[in-house]
Amino acid sequence: MSTPQDLRYTKDHEWLRADGSVGITQFAQDQLGDVVFVELPEVGRTLKQGEAFGVVESVKSVSDLYSPVSGKIAKVNQELVDHPELINQDPYGVGWIIALEGVDDAEAAGLLDATAYEAEQEGGH
Amino acid sequence: MGKRTPIYEEHVALGGRMVDFGGWDMPVQYPAGILAEHEAVRQRAGLFDVSHMGEVELRGERALAFADYLVTNDCQRLAMDQVLYTPMCYPDGGVVDDLLVYRLQDRVLLVINAANTDKDVAWIFERKEHFGPGVEVRDVSAETGQIAVQGPRAQEILQRLTSKDLQEIAFFHAAEDVDVAGRKALVSRTGYTGEDGFEVYVRAEDAVHVWREILRAGAQEGILPCGLGARDSLRFEACLPLYGHELDADHSPLEAGLKFFVKLQKPDFVGQAPLVKVQEEGGPARRLVGYRVLERGIARQGYPLQDEAGKTIGVTTSGMPSPTLGQSIGLGYVPAELAQPGTRIAVEVRGRAVPAEIVKIPFYRRSGK
Repeated sequence: MSTPQDLRYTKDHEWLRADGSVGITQFAQDQLGDVVFVELPEVGRTLKQGEAFGVVESVKSVSDLYSPVSGKIAKVNQELVDHPELINQDPYGVGWIIALEGVDDAEAAGLLDATAYEAEQEGGH
Repeated sequence: MGKRTPIYEEHVALGGRMVDFGGWDMPVQYPAGILAEHEAVRQRAGLFDVSHMGEVELRGERALAFADYLVTNDCQRLAMDQVLYTPMCYPDGGVVDDLLVYRLQDRVLLVINAANTDKDVAWIFERKEHFGPGVEVRDVSAETGQIAVQGPRAQEILQRLTSKDLQEIAFFHAAEDVDVAGRKALVSRTGYTGEDGFEVYVRAEDAVHVWREILRAGAQEGILPCGLGARDSLRFEACLPLYGHELDADHSPLEAGLKFFVKLQKPDFVGQAPLVKVQEEGGPARRLVGYRVLERGIARQGYPLQDEAGKTIGVTTSGMPSPTLGQSIGLGYVPAELAQPGTRIAVEVRGRAVPAEIVKIPFYRRSGK
Protein backbone atom coordinates (compact mmCIF):
# COMPACT_ATOMS: atom_id res chain seq x y z
CA MET A 1 0.00 0.00 0.00
CA SER A 2 1.40 3.41 -0.87
CA THR A 3 1.44 6.22 1.63
CA PRO A 4 -1.52 8.57 1.03
CA GLN A 5 -0.33 11.93 -0.25
CA ASP A 6 -3.06 13.98 1.46
CA LEU A 7 -2.05 13.10 5.03
CA ARG A 8 0.63 14.35 7.40
CA TYR A 9 2.75 11.94 9.44
CA THR A 10 4.80 11.66 12.61
CA LYS A 11 7.95 9.66 13.24
CA ASP A 12 5.84 7.65 15.69
CA HIS A 13 3.73 6.43 12.76
CA GLU A 14 0.55 8.41 13.39
CA TRP A 15 -1.22 10.28 10.61
CA LEU A 16 -3.33 13.47 10.59
CA ARG A 17 -5.94 14.33 7.95
CA ALA A 18 -7.02 17.90 7.12
CA ASP A 19 -10.41 17.21 8.80
CA GLY A 20 -8.59 16.55 12.11
CA SER A 21 -8.89 12.76 12.08
CA VAL A 22 -5.94 10.75 13.42
CA GLY A 23 -4.87 7.16 12.98
CA ILE A 24 -1.82 4.94 12.67
CA THR A 25 -0.01 4.15 9.46
CA GLN A 26 0.06 1.03 7.35
CA PHE A 27 3.60 0.44 8.54
CA ALA A 28 2.54 0.73 12.19
CA GLN A 29 -0.39 -1.68 11.89
CA ASP A 30 1.83 -4.14 10.07
CA GLN A 31 4.46 -3.96 12.79
CA LEU A 32 1.84 -4.42 15.51
CA GLY A 33 0.23 -7.44 13.95
CA ASP A 34 -3.38 -8.38 14.72
CA VAL A 35 -4.85 -5.52 16.76
CA VAL A 36 -7.11 -7.00 19.43
CA PHE A 37 -7.82 -4.07 21.73
CA VAL A 38 -8.00 -0.30 21.51
CA GLU A 39 -8.24 1.98 24.52
CA LEU A 40 -9.88 5.22 23.42
CA PRO A 41 -9.78 8.59 25.22
CA GLU A 42 -12.80 10.63 26.28
CA VAL A 43 -14.34 13.11 23.91
CA GLY A 44 -13.66 16.70 24.96
CA ARG A 45 -10.18 16.06 26.32
CA THR A 46 -7.53 18.53 25.22
CA LEU A 47 -4.30 17.06 23.94
CA LYS A 48 -0.89 18.58 23.52
CA GLN A 49 1.28 17.62 20.60
CA GLY A 50 3.02 14.32 21.39
CA GLU A 51 0.74 13.52 24.32
CA ALA A 52 -0.33 9.90 24.78
CA PHE A 53 -4.08 9.61 24.23
CA GLY A 54 -4.74 5.89 23.99
CA VAL A 55 -3.37 2.41 23.55
CA VAL A 56 -3.48 -0.24 20.86
CA GLU A 57 -2.76 -3.82 21.80
CA SER A 58 -2.00 -6.80 19.63
CA VAL A 59 -1.74 -10.36 20.87
CA LYS A 60 1.86 -9.77 21.80
CA SER A 61 2.32 -6.05 22.33
CA VAL A 62 1.05 -2.86 23.91
CA SER A 63 1.68 0.47 22.16
CA ASP A 64 0.83 4.00 23.21
CA LEU A 65 -0.81 6.34 20.74
CA TYR A 66 0.54 9.89 20.54
CA SER A 67 -1.32 12.92 19.27
CA PRO A 68 0.40 14.31 16.17
CA VAL A 69 -0.70 17.86 17.04
CA SER A 70 -2.39 19.82 19.83
CA GLY A 71 -6.17 19.96 19.74
CA LYS A 72 -9.40 18.93 21.42
CA ILE A 73 -10.90 15.49 20.90
CA ALA A 74 -14.16 15.98 18.98
CA LYS A 75 -14.90 12.33 18.20
CA VAL A 76 -13.55 8.87 18.88
CA ASN A 77 -14.10 5.87 16.63
CA GLN A 78 -16.43 3.71 18.75
CA GLU A 79 -16.44 1.02 16.04
CA LEU A 80 -12.96 0.06 17.21
CA VAL A 81 -14.28 -1.09 20.60
CA ASP A 82 -15.88 -4.14 19.05
CA HIS A 83 -13.84 -4.25 15.86
CA PRO A 84 -10.24 -3.34 16.62
CA GLU A 85 -9.20 -5.29 13.51
CA LEU A 86 -10.43 -2.34 11.40
CA ILE A 87 -7.07 -0.74 12.17
CA ASN A 88 -5.35 -3.60 10.36
CA GLN A 89 -7.83 -3.74 7.52
CA ASP A 90 -8.07 -0.05 6.66
CA PRO A 91 -5.66 2.05 8.71
CA TYR A 92 -6.19 5.22 6.64
CA GLY A 93 -9.98 4.82 6.35
CA VAL A 94 -12.50 3.17 8.69
CA GLY A 95 -9.61 2.37 11.05
CA TRP A 96 -9.29 6.05 12.09
CA ILE A 97 -8.97 6.44 15.85
CA ILE A 98 -9.84 9.98 16.98
CA ALA A 99 -10.81 13.29 15.38
CA LEU A 100 -9.41 16.56 16.71
CA GLU A 101 -10.82 20.05 16.49
CA GLY A 102 -9.01 23.32 16.97
CA VAL A 103 -5.87 21.82 15.49
CA ASP A 104 -2.79 23.99 15.72
CA ASP A 105 -2.08 24.76 12.08
CA ALA A 106 1.57 25.58 12.64
CA GLU A 107 2.12 22.18 14.27
CA ALA A 108 0.26 20.45 11.46
CA ALA A 109 2.43 22.17 8.89
CA GLY A 110 5.50 20.95 10.72
CA LEU A 111 4.60 17.27 10.33
CA LEU A 112 6.12 15.02 7.70
CA ASP A 113 4.57 14.76 4.26
CA ALA A 114 4.20 11.35 2.61
CA THR A 115 7.58 11.51 0.90
CA ALA A 116 9.40 12.51 4.06
CA TYR A 117 7.58 9.83 6.07
CA GLU A 118 8.56 7.14 3.61
CA ALA A 119 12.15 8.36 3.63
CA GLU A 120 12.06 8.24 7.42
CA GLN A 121 10.99 4.60 7.34
CA GLU A 122 13.66 3.65 4.86
CA GLY A 123 16.27 5.40 6.95
CA GLY A 124 15.13 3.64 10.11
CA HIS A 125 14.79 0.17 8.67
CA MET B 1 23.22 -9.42 14.70
CA GLY B 2 21.92 -12.30 16.73
CA LYS B 3 22.49 -16.02 16.35
CA ARG B 4 20.70 -17.71 13.47
CA THR B 5 19.19 -21.16 13.21
CA PRO B 6 19.93 -23.28 10.12
CA ILE B 7 16.43 -22.33 8.87
CA TYR B 8 16.92 -18.55 9.14
CA GLU B 9 16.96 -17.88 5.38
CA GLU B 10 13.66 -19.76 4.97
CA HIS B 11 12.00 -17.51 7.53
CA VAL B 12 13.14 -14.41 5.71
CA ALA B 13 11.98 -15.85 2.37
CA LEU B 14 8.57 -16.68 3.88
CA GLY B 15 8.16 -13.08 5.06
CA GLY B 16 8.79 -13.83 8.72
CA ARG B 17 9.20 -10.78 10.93
CA MET B 18 12.51 -11.40 12.64
CA VAL B 19 12.99 -10.30 16.25
CA ASP B 20 15.59 -10.87 18.93
CA PHE B 21 14.73 -13.72 21.28
CA GLY B 22 17.34 -14.53 23.89
CA GLY B 23 20.12 -13.57 21.50
CA TRP B 24 18.57 -15.35 18.50
CA ASP B 25 17.08 -13.80 15.35
CA MET B 26 13.74 -15.60 15.24
CA PRO B 27 10.44 -15.09 13.40
CA VAL B 28 7.76 -13.70 15.74
CA GLN B 29 5.19 -14.18 13.00
CA TYR B 30 4.76 -14.69 9.27
CA PRO B 31 2.43 -12.67 7.03
CA ALA B 32 -0.63 -14.75 8.05
CA GLY B 33 -0.33 -13.26 11.56
CA ILE B 34 -0.35 -14.67 15.07
CA LEU B 35 -4.11 -15.27 15.20
CA ALA B 36 -4.15 -17.25 11.95
CA GLU B 37 -1.06 -19.22 12.97
CA HIS B 38 -2.57 -19.96 16.37
CA GLU B 39 -5.79 -21.15 14.80
CA ALA B 40 -3.94 -23.30 12.27
CA VAL B 41 -2.33 -25.24 15.12
CA ARG B 42 -5.60 -25.64 17.04
CA GLN B 43 -7.58 -26.69 13.94
CA ARG B 44 -5.07 -28.19 11.50
CA ALA B 45 -1.30 -27.98 11.79
CA GLY B 46 1.56 -25.55 12.25
CA LEU B 47 5.31 -25.81 11.78
CA PHE B 48 7.81 -24.25 14.16
CA ASP B 49 11.55 -23.83 13.86
CA VAL B 50 12.78 -24.56 17.38
CA SER B 51 16.40 -25.09 16.42
CA HIS B 52 17.35 -22.35 18.86
CA MET B 53 16.60 -24.73 21.73
CA GLY B 54 19.68 -26.18 23.39
CA GLU B 55 20.56 -29.87 23.38
CA VAL B 56 22.97 -31.52 25.80
CA GLU B 57 24.02 -35.16 25.62
CA LEU B 58 24.96 -37.21 28.65
CA ARG B 59 26.89 -40.41 28.00
CA GLY B 60 28.51 -43.02 30.19
CA GLU B 61 27.38 -45.65 32.66
CA ARG B 62 26.06 -43.06 35.10
CA ALA B 63 24.42 -40.77 32.54
CA LEU B 64 20.88 -41.53 33.68
CA ALA B 65 21.85 -41.30 37.35
CA PHE B 66 23.41 -37.90 36.68
CA ALA B 67 20.27 -36.67 34.92
CA ASP B 68 18.27 -37.88 37.90
CA TYR B 69 20.53 -35.92 40.24
CA LEU B 70 20.22 -32.74 38.13
CA VAL B 71 16.44 -32.58 37.84
CA THR B 72 13.41 -32.95 40.09
CA ASN B 73 11.43 -35.56 38.15
CA ASP B 74 12.23 -39.28 38.28
CA CYS B 75 14.60 -40.18 35.43
CA GLN B 76 15.41 -43.64 36.82
CA ARG B 77 11.92 -44.83 36.00
CA LEU B 78 12.15 -43.82 32.35
CA ALA B 79 11.75 -46.68 29.90
CA MET B 80 13.98 -46.77 26.82
CA ASP B 81 12.86 -44.09 24.33
CA GLN B 82 10.67 -42.41 26.91
CA VAL B 83 10.69 -38.65 27.50
CA LEU B 84 9.89 -36.65 30.59
CA TYR B 85 9.29 -33.02 31.39
CA THR B 86 11.04 -31.66 34.46
CA PRO B 87 12.25 -28.57 36.26
CA MET B 88 15.95 -28.33 37.15
CA CYS B 89 16.63 -26.52 40.42
CA TYR B 90 19.33 -24.65 42.25
CA PRO B 91 20.27 -25.93 45.71
CA ASP B 92 17.81 -23.41 47.23
CA GLY B 93 14.92 -24.80 45.18
CA GLY B 94 14.73 -21.93 42.65
CA VAL B 95 14.45 -22.99 39.02
CA VAL B 96 17.50 -23.06 36.72
CA ASP B 97 15.38 -24.12 33.75
CA ASP B 98 12.68 -26.52 32.68
CA LEU B 99 13.56 -29.18 30.15
CA LEU B 100 12.86 -32.48 28.48
CA VAL B 101 14.90 -35.58 29.31
CA TYR B 102 15.10 -38.31 26.64
CA ARG B 103 16.33 -41.76 27.61
CA LEU B 104 17.88 -43.11 24.40
CA GLN B 105 19.86 -46.26 23.59
CA ASP B 106 23.36 -44.88 24.01
CA ARG B 107 22.74 -41.54 25.72
CA VAL B 108 20.48 -39.25 27.67
CA LEU B 109 19.41 -36.11 25.79
CA LEU B 110 18.46 -32.92 27.63
CA VAL B 111 16.53 -30.29 25.66
CA ILE B 112 16.80 -26.89 27.29
CA ASN B 113 15.55 -23.36 26.67
CA ALA B 114 17.43 -21.32 24.07
CA ALA B 115 17.87 -18.26 26.26
CA ASN B 116 19.22 -20.45 29.07
CA THR B 117 21.57 -22.66 27.07
CA ASP B 118 24.87 -21.08 28.11
CA LYS B 119 23.79 -20.79 31.74
CA ASP B 120 22.49 -24.37 31.82
CA VAL B 121 25.55 -25.89 30.19
CA ALA B 122 27.80 -24.13 32.70
CA TRP B 123 25.52 -25.31 35.51
CA ILE B 124 25.51 -28.90 34.27
CA PHE B 125 29.31 -28.97 34.05
CA GLU B 126 29.57 -27.52 37.53
CA ARG B 127 27.19 -30.13 38.94
CA LYS B 128 29.13 -32.85 37.16
CA GLU B 129 32.15 -31.97 39.31
CA HIS B 130 30.01 -32.60 42.41
CA PHE B 131 28.55 -35.77 41.00
CA GLY B 132 31.79 -37.51 40.12
CA PRO B 133 32.93 -39.81 37.31
CA GLY B 134 30.91 -42.03 35.00
CA VAL B 135 29.30 -39.37 32.82
CA GLU B 136 30.40 -37.25 29.88
CA VAL B 137 28.60 -34.04 29.01
CA ARG B 138 28.50 -32.58 25.52
CA ASP B 139 26.66 -29.50 24.25
CA VAL B 140 25.32 -30.50 20.82
CA SER B 141 23.07 -27.46 20.31
CA ALA B 142 24.95 -26.07 17.33
CA GLU B 143 24.90 -29.30 15.35
CA THR B 144 21.21 -30.01 16.00
CA GLY B 145 18.20 -28.73 14.09
CA GLN B 146 14.80 -29.00 15.77
CA ILE B 147 11.44 -28.65 14.06
CA ALA B 148 8.03 -29.00 15.72
CA VAL B 149 4.96 -29.99 13.73
CA GLN B 150 1.91 -29.49 15.90
CA GLY B 151 -1.84 -29.78 15.60
CA PRO B 152 -4.57 -32.38 15.08
CA ARG B 153 -3.36 -33.10 11.52
CA ALA B 154 0.34 -33.21 12.40
CA GLN B 155 0.60 -36.99 12.42
CA GLU B 156 -1.14 -37.36 9.07
CA ILE B 157 1.22 -34.82 7.50
CA LEU B 158 4.44 -36.18 8.97
CA GLN B 159 3.39 -39.75 8.12
CA ARG B 160 3.62 -38.88 4.42
CA LEU B 161 7.35 -38.32 4.84
CA THR B 162 8.28 -41.49 6.71
CA SER B 163 7.80 -45.24 6.60
CA LYS B 164 7.88 -45.37 10.42
CA ASP B 165 4.35 -45.97 11.75
CA LEU B 166 3.97 -42.81 13.85
CA GLN B 167 1.04 -44.34 15.69
CA GLU B 168 3.65 -46.48 17.46
CA ILE B 169 5.18 -43.42 19.08
CA ALA B 170 3.15 -42.81 22.24
CA PHE B 171 2.78 -39.45 23.98
CA PHE B 172 6.13 -38.45 25.53
CA HIS B 173 7.95 -41.23 23.70
CA ALA B 174 10.53 -41.05 20.94
CA ALA B 175 11.91 -43.10 18.08
CA GLU B 176 15.52 -42.88 16.90
CA ASP B 177 16.96 -43.19 13.41
CA VAL B 178 13.63 -42.45 11.76
CA ASP B 179 13.86 -41.62 8.07
CA VAL B 180 12.01 -38.31 7.58
CA ALA B 181 12.03 -37.07 3.98
CA GLY B 182 15.24 -39.03 3.41
CA ARG B 183 17.06 -37.64 6.43
CA LYS B 184 17.83 -39.35 9.72
CA ALA B 185 15.80 -37.96 12.61
CA LEU B 186 14.92 -38.43 16.24
CA VAL B 187 11.14 -38.05 16.45
CA SER B 188 9.17 -37.62 19.66
CA ARG B 189 5.49 -37.09 20.33
CA THR B 190 6.02 -33.94 22.36
CA GLY B 191 5.38 -30.23 21.96
CA TYR B 192 4.64 -26.89 23.49
CA THR B 193 1.21 -26.05 22.13
CA GLY B 194 -1.33 -28.18 23.98
CA GLU B 195 -2.03 -30.11 20.77
CA ASP B 196 -0.91 -33.47 19.49
CA GLY B 197 2.26 -33.29 17.46
CA PHE B 198 5.90 -34.15 17.04
CA GLU B 199 9.30 -32.68 17.58
CA VAL B 200 11.81 -33.73 14.95
CA TYR B 201 15.54 -33.51 15.67
CA VAL B 202 17.89 -33.63 12.70
CA ARG B 203 21.45 -32.68 11.89
CA ALA B 204 21.69 -28.91 11.41
CA GLU B 205 22.54 -29.32 7.72
CA ASP B 206 19.34 -31.35 7.14
CA ALA B 207 17.01 -28.89 8.85
CA VAL B 208 16.10 -26.76 5.82
CA HIS B 209 15.26 -29.82 3.72
CA VAL B 210 13.01 -31.33 6.40
CA TRP B 211 11.37 -27.94 7.06
CA ARG B 212 10.51 -27.50 3.38
CA GLU B 213 9.27 -31.06 2.98
CA ILE B 214 6.90 -30.82 5.96
CA LEU B 215 5.49 -27.53 4.66
CA ARG B 216 4.99 -29.14 1.25
CA ALA B 217 3.47 -32.32 2.68
CA GLY B 218 1.01 -30.29 4.76
CA ALA B 219 -0.04 -27.80 2.09
CA GLN B 220 -3.35 -29.57 1.42
CA GLU B 221 -4.23 -29.42 5.14
CA GLY B 222 -3.37 -25.74 5.26
CA ILE B 223 -0.30 -26.10 7.45
CA LEU B 224 1.23 -22.72 8.33
CA PRO B 225 4.73 -21.82 9.40
CA CYS B 226 4.32 -20.37 12.90
CA GLY B 227 6.47 -17.89 14.77
CA LEU B 228 7.28 -17.28 18.39
CA GLY B 229 4.12 -15.22 18.83
CA ALA B 230 1.82 -18.17 18.18
CA ARG B 231 4.16 -20.47 20.11
CA ASP B 232 3.70 -18.22 23.13
CA SER B 233 -0.09 -17.80 22.80
CA LEU B 234 -0.55 -21.56 22.31
CA ARG B 235 1.61 -22.59 25.27
CA PHE B 236 -0.04 -19.88 27.37
CA GLU B 237 -3.58 -21.17 26.77
CA ALA B 238 -2.40 -24.68 27.64
CA CYS B 239 -0.66 -23.23 30.76
CA LEU B 240 2.71 -24.67 29.85
CA PRO B 241 5.14 -22.52 31.83
CA LEU B 242 7.72 -20.33 30.12
CA TYR B 243 11.06 -19.65 31.77
CA GLY B 244 11.41 -15.94 32.51
CA HIS B 245 7.64 -15.69 32.99
CA GLU B 246 6.24 -18.40 35.27
CA LEU B 247 9.62 -19.87 36.15
CA ASP B 248 12.83 -18.28 37.40
CA ALA B 249 15.45 -18.56 40.12
CA ASP B 250 13.13 -16.79 42.58
CA HIS B 251 10.26 -19.27 42.29
CA SER B 252 10.22 -22.96 43.16
CA PRO B 253 8.54 -25.56 40.97
CA LEU B 254 6.12 -26.21 43.84
CA GLU B 255 4.94 -22.61 43.70
CA ALA B 256 4.62 -22.92 39.95
CA GLY B 257 2.17 -25.79 40.31
CA LEU B 258 4.67 -28.37 39.02
CA LYS B 259 4.49 -30.67 42.05
CA PHE B 260 3.69 -33.61 39.78
CA PHE B 261 7.13 -33.15 38.21
CA VAL B 262 8.94 -32.98 41.56
CA LYS B 263 9.53 -36.43 43.05
CA LEU B 264 10.47 -35.41 46.57
CA GLN B 265 11.01 -39.00 47.73
CA LYS B 266 13.55 -40.00 45.10
CA PRO B 267 17.27 -40.21 46.04
CA ASP B 268 19.40 -37.10 46.31
CA PHE B 269 18.78 -34.35 43.76
CA VAL B 270 19.75 -30.71 43.59
CA GLY B 271 17.25 -28.61 45.53
CA GLN B 272 15.70 -31.55 47.38
CA ALA B 273 16.08 -30.36 50.99
CA PRO B 274 14.37 -26.97 50.69
CA LEU B 275 11.57 -28.40 48.52
CA VAL B 276 10.90 -31.19 51.01
CA LYS B 277 10.87 -28.66 53.83
CA VAL B 278 8.34 -26.41 52.09
CA GLN B 279 6.07 -29.37 51.41
CA GLU B 280 6.34 -30.66 54.98
CA GLU B 281 5.40 -27.23 56.28
CA GLY B 282 2.13 -27.21 54.40
CA GLY B 283 3.15 -26.21 50.90
CA PRO B 284 4.29 -22.96 49.33
CA ALA B 285 2.99 -19.62 50.58
CA ARG B 286 2.35 -18.32 47.07
CA ARG B 287 1.02 -20.13 44.06
CA LEU B 288 0.69 -19.73 40.36
CA VAL B 289 -2.93 -19.21 39.35
CA GLY B 290 -4.88 -18.51 36.23
CA TYR B 291 -7.40 -15.69 36.09
CA ARG B 292 -9.83 -14.23 33.65
CA VAL B 293 -10.36 -10.51 33.28
CA LEU B 294 -14.03 -9.67 33.80
CA GLU B 295 -14.13 -6.24 32.16
CA ARG B 296 -12.34 -4.56 29.27
CA GLY B 297 -8.58 -4.71 29.59
CA ILE B 298 -5.73 -7.02 28.67
CA ALA B 299 -3.44 -8.49 31.29
CA ARG B 300 0.29 -8.45 30.54
CA GLN B 301 3.44 -9.74 32.19
CA GLY B 302 4.36 -7.49 35.12
CA TYR B 303 0.86 -6.11 35.75
CA PRO B 304 0.19 -6.14 39.52
CA LEU B 305 -2.63 -8.20 41.04
CA GLN B 306 -4.78 -6.84 43.87
CA ASP B 307 -7.23 -8.31 46.34
CA GLU B 308 -10.76 -6.97 46.58
CA ALA B 309 -9.64 -4.31 49.03
CA GLY B 310 -7.14 -2.97 46.52
CA LYS B 311 -4.03 -4.29 48.23
CA THR B 312 -1.29 -5.58 45.95
CA ILE B 313 -1.03 -9.35 46.38
CA GLY B 314 1.04 -10.51 43.45
CA VAL B 315 2.02 -10.06 39.86
CA THR B 316 1.09 -11.31 36.41
CA THR B 317 3.65 -13.61 34.77
CA SER B 318 1.94 -13.95 31.39
CA GLY B 319 -1.18 -12.36 30.00
CA MET B 320 -2.85 -11.82 26.69
CA PRO B 321 -6.16 -12.11 24.94
CA SER B 322 -6.75 -15.82 24.39
CA PRO B 323 -7.33 -16.40 20.67
CA THR B 324 -9.17 -19.67 21.31
CA LEU B 325 -11.36 -18.49 24.20
CA GLY B 326 -11.83 -14.91 23.05
CA GLN B 327 -11.15 -13.70 26.60
CA SER B 328 -8.44 -11.75 28.31
CA ILE B 329 -6.67 -14.16 30.64
CA GLY B 330 -3.57 -14.19 32.77
CA LEU B 331 -1.23 -16.29 34.87
CA GLY B 332 0.32 -14.92 38.02
CA TYR B 333 1.49 -15.53 41.55
CA VAL B 334 -0.81 -14.85 44.52
CA PRO B 335 -0.80 -15.90 48.19
CA ALA B 336 -1.93 -19.52 48.61
CA GLU B 337 -5.04 -18.48 50.53
CA LEU B 338 -6.27 -16.49 47.51
CA ALA B 339 -5.54 -19.22 44.96
CA GLN B 340 -8.97 -20.88 44.97
CA PRO B 341 -10.95 -20.73 41.72
CA GLY B 342 -13.79 -18.27 42.09
CA THR B 343 -11.76 -15.82 44.19
CA ARG B 344 -12.27 -12.25 43.03
CA ILE B 345 -9.15 -10.22 42.43
CA ALA B 346 -8.22 -7.27 40.23
CA VAL B 347 -5.46 -6.74 37.73
CA GLU B 348 -3.91 -3.30 37.51
CA VAL B 349 -3.93 -2.22 33.85
CA ARG B 350 -2.09 1.07 33.42
CA GLY B 351 -3.09 2.31 36.86
CA ARG B 352 -6.68 1.11 36.65
CA ALA B 353 -7.91 -1.87 38.72
CA VAL B 354 -9.86 -4.17 36.41
CA PRO B 355 -11.91 -6.92 38.11
CA ALA B 356 -10.79 -10.49 37.50
CA GLU B 357 -11.55 -13.94 38.80
CA ILE B 358 -9.30 -16.89 39.59
CA VAL B 359 -10.21 -19.80 37.33
CA LYS B 360 -9.11 -23.40 37.01
CA ILE B 361 -6.15 -24.02 34.76
CA PRO B 362 -5.27 -24.98 32.11
CA PHE B 363 -7.39 -22.47 30.23
CA TYR B 364 -7.40 -24.77 27.24
CA ARG B 365 -7.30 -28.54 27.00
CA ARG B 366 -7.74 -30.32 23.71
CA SER B 367 -10.75 -32.60 23.47
CA GLY B 368 -10.24 -36.32 23.93
CA LYS B 369 -7.48 -35.80 26.45
